[in-house]
Amino acid sequence: MSAKRMPARELLFGNLWEYDPAPETANAFIAERYGLFINGKFVAPKTRKYFDSISPRDGKKLAEIALAGPSDVDAAYQAAATAFTAWSKVPGAERAKFLYRIARLLQDRAREFAVAETLDGGKPIKESRDFDVPMAAAHFFYHAGWADKLDYVTPGRTLAPLGVVGQVIPWNFPLLMLAWKIAPALATGNTVVIKPAETTSITALKFATLLQEAGLPPGVVNIVTGAGDTGAAIVNHPLAAKISFTGSTAVGKSIQRALAGTNKRLTLELGGKAANIVFEDAPLDQAVEGIINGIFFNQGHVCCAGSRLLVQESIAATILAKLKLRLKSLRTGDPLDKNTDIGAINSKAQLTRIQDLVAAGISEGAKIYQAGCNLPEKGYYFPPTLFSNVSQSHRIAREEIFGPVLSILTFRTPEEAIEKANNTPYGLSAGVWTDKGSRILQMSTELKAGVVWANTYNKFDPTSPFGGFKESGFGREGGKQGLLDYAQLL
Amino acid sequence: MSTPQSRALRSLLEDVGPVDHIGIEERVAKFTTRSIKKNAKIFGLKLATSMVDLTTLEGKDTPGKVASLCQKALRPHHDPEIPATAAVCVYPAMVKHAAGYLKGTSVKIASVATAFPSGQAPLKTRLAEVRAAVADGADEIDMVINRGAFLAGELALVQDEISAVLEACGESTLKVILETSELETYDQIRAASFLAMQVLRPGDFIKTSTGKTNLNATLGNNQVMLEAIRDHYLATGVEIAMKPAGGIRTAKQALHFLVAVKETLGDGWLSNSRYRFGASALLNDLVRQLVKEETGAYQAPYSFSESSSAY
Repeated sequence: MSAKRMPARELLFGNLWEYDPAPETANAFIAERYGLFINGKFVAPKTRKYFDSISPRDGKKLAEIALAGPSDVDAAYQAAATAFTAWSKVPGAERAKFLYRIARLLQDRAREFAVAETLDGGKPIKESRDFDVPMAAAHFFYHAGWADKLDYVTPGRTLAPLGVVGQVIPWNFPLLMLAWKIAPALATGNTVVIKPAETTSITALKFATLLQEAGLPPGVVNIVTGAGDTGAAIVNHPLAAKISFTGSTAVGKSIQRALAGTNKRLTLELGGKAANIVFEDAPLDQAVEGIINGIFFNQGHVCCAGSRLLVQESIAATILAKLKLRLKSLRTGDPLDKNTDIGAINSKAQLTRIQDLVAAGISEGAKIYQAGCNLPEKGYYFPPTLFSNVSQSHRIAREEIFGPVLSILTFRTPEEAIEKANNTPYGLSAGVWTDKGSRILQMSTELKAGVVWANTYNKFDPTSPFGGFKESGFGREGGKQGLLDYAQLL
Repeated sequence: MSTPQSRALRSLLEDVGPVDHIGIEERVAKFTTRSIKKNAKIFGLKLATSMVDLTTLEGKDTPGKVASLCQKALRPHHDPEIPATAAVCVYPAMVKHAAGYLKGTSVKIASVATAFPSGQAPLKTRLAEVRAAVADGADEIDMVINRGAFLAGELALVQDEISAVLEACGESTLKVILETSELETYDQIRAASFLAMQVLRPGDFIKTSTGKTNLNATLGNNQVMLEAIRDHYLATGVEIAMKPAGGIRTAKQALHFLVAVKETLGDGWLSNSRYRFGASALLNDLVRQLVKEETGAYQAPYSFSESSSAY
């Protein structure tokens, strides 16, 4: 077809019809200072220390967040342990009522939470509005449905809670990850001590006010804030029956080492370097959309981001040309603008890491392409970036960049595609694009990845278990499998 | 064993590549989340107004009806800032009546022809109809393709018929109606788009539908055709224009379609020589929204000409 020939002309994506700014104006209701949420109340940290939460959108301070020390974490665990006695005996149907109430309250305040999430984390408002907040509510609805059906999950057995669960979540989907952790824990009758990431604590703390509104018994959910040291205190606390962690592989490994020899249960959802594999018979325009969505969704701050594009050699030039064209109509900028496709990088530290890896890509000989775009002067931004001529040994093909940077590699046969896709310590997700159904089945069997998407990418549902192979972790979140990770079988 | 017909269709489908149904609908859903405000909205509404092919295709059409349609096309509203439409679109018998009002103005006369909407008449008859419409003053001819032949795999026949109509058009612009709802799948819509474009001249159109079936222009089939136009343009340099028709009734819908054009084909197609809306009710909603942008208040539908409806 036409695409095999050289493009005769360029398309002009100019300013003939420029969209006017369309900022989301709803009030996020962010307090100036947040304490720790322990035993149903906001309390001042015993450390008496607070740290600033910075908005990556413009580098401005949003709020002061309490820094929890070991004694604060201990207070949270004591509250959770006390609450567990009563909570674990609350009938499932009653627990379900709380979960339904939380889900509905979250829907009622969806717009406010979406704006807060965007201000705090930098993701485009259209994503927090259309994905993060509704999906978080969906997880509470889904697990509310399970709460009174625990006798029917496994034939002849019933599910019993574990006790106090310690949870540490990352900064890329602050509210959604919180929902992934808290909803199944409460549905199965556990109580929770949870720590949001230090750069994105605000929606978790706003969520605490929602729990108060829902009338959840004090101590069932405790939210402590801080950085790595606070996380370590949660992991190492003797009252924890289970630790659930989502974050980097390095931290995940250190948690696993710390828990060795204890009887704490552990689930880890760690990094990824997903292969998105495009065969020559694929629907190319939809594959390009999927590639764009796979790597630029949430600025690439996605553990299952399709960061390694594997394209069949015969269509590599076509796909690259189509990707370059598509970048021209992607809008990078103020995340609060409803027309922004790519928002702000979550933190200055992450921006530096992305810049370092991109510099490594250039110096190792990969060919960089960035669409010209006017980035805001203040705040942390990085333009969507493509690397072609990437080989398996390049750092940008091996390390998780966690940014809007795509590495493009090629393959010739299905076997080579599988070989290259599996040639990584990670195994969280993969994508396959082909018009041939049997090939999808073959690939999904042979790819060592927890999720394989076929002719689509980044699709999530509370009913579908999510989790990794190899150094991407173990345990599942969502679905029946996720539920079982928060319960013991009796 | 495969017949030459099935081979022809299969090889065309293979040549132009498949379209993923779910993927394309997900893509176009994103166009509908674009927030078009203030000046961008006014620009978009005016642009859409200038792209309307104001249409009446009814058995009960009379010279009088066509006359008032022409006046409406020339001056959709008393505000001179609101532009004239691109064209009026009528049956061949009405062309000479429209010509009396529109010759020498910016508004073009478009005529459906070729036994619209079914196309089920002998080629000779269809070509005679085209020639008659052109002779009466039609600047543009909206033809229907032979869907029966397409689905039977008689691709050469479909293409030859388009070429024959093209020749009968002379200087007049040709718009080729694929009747997407009868082709049914996005794969076939893409294939038929290429089949037509391969013989069209720069500036000729491909068009979604007749407006006479139950499913007409959608963002999905519009997108498949825009992407086909883009691929054809990048490969050959030939700029084919696009016309979705039927089912676009509100200004908001029209803006969604224009967002698709802006983000798929870019600035070059944001003009009424490259993009049209085949519509009738749409025009008054565009005008109503433009007046609302200016005055800050919605006027009742009946305060605009050619509309009697109220809330």
